Amino acid sequence: MRWAVVRFPGSLDDDDALYALCDVLGQDASLLWHKDEGLGDAQCIVLPGGFSYGDYLRCGAIARFSPIMKSIAKFAADGGLVLGICNGFQILCEAHLLPGALTRNRSLTFVCDTVTVRVENCHTPFTRSIRHGDLLRLPIKHGEGCYVAPEQELRQMEERGQVLLRYVDNDGRQSDQANPNGSMRAIAGIANERFNVFGLMPHPEHAVEAMLGGDDGLKIFHSIVASGG
Amino acid sequence: MQIKVFVTPRQGILDPQGRAVEAALANLGFAGVSGVHLGRYIVLELNASSQAAAEETMRKMCEQLLANPTIEDYRFEVEPG
Repeated sequence: MRWAVVRFPGSLDDDDALYALCDVLGQDASLLWHKDEGLGDAQCIVLPGGFSYGDYLRCGAIARFSPIMKSIAKFAADGGLVLGICNGFQILCEAHLLPGALTRNRSLTFVCDTVTVRVENCHTPFTRSIRHGDLLRLPIKHGEGCYVAPEQELRQMEERGQVLLRYVDNDGRQSDQANPNGSMRAIAGIANERFNVFGLMPHPEHAVEAMLGGDDGLKIFHSIVASGG
Repeated sequence: MQIKVFVTPRQGILDPQGRAVEAALANLGFAGVSGVHLGRYIVLELNASSQAAAEETMRKMCEQLLANPTIEDYRFEVEPG
């Protein structure tokens, strides 16, 4: 499968995403610069973590206007797969490719930890190789990961199954302690209505080898590969 | 014209910064403080043909970039200059 990882000024995890895709998964992945307008023949676009444009104004607010984002919006409108990780998730929300917004963590502190998330919908291109209710252990590292959306929007998202990942404890139960950033409904990852755009705060690309502390992130990448783009 | 833009967390949205500052003020002994919200204050110069044109432009700027209407409220003041 052909992948493209977008590098914005301030991206951090672009190389890690490429490592996970090329070295670990043997995929055909290349790097795109945020000023590129063409996406080549990529079947899945990855917006990596980091601090694009120094998080100025709001996280992802400036990156949204990078030339490549117009192409990505069109790619998504045509049904192409888009994966936004951490800062990539923030950019997708700012670009209105995903609903809601990510705000300052309730604790006001940067969190760097490994969390447990529960897979809430396995009938999507991003989760199809996982079973409903399965728990994944994934790293997080962010200061603005508190997911917020209007109550009515949240209800509709839940009904449609757009909440793909939720923070839970090691037994799979939701609790305030297991919610690392105060996200509404403990949301860790969501998809758009068409289920071809997925944003999540945890980092699957940092969890691809036992040596890194775990390889649960592979389940998400395997799902996308199984979807065939 | 000089424009002042005030962006604040939307009413009803959790504002942990505002809450932390409110608690700190109480700890310092300032009684009777409530409803603390922290936001952004943006100043800019705008070349516009009229007050109405400036307000229209500012609304667009706020909706598209300066504020995120999902989580933030905004207001602005236009000062002829």
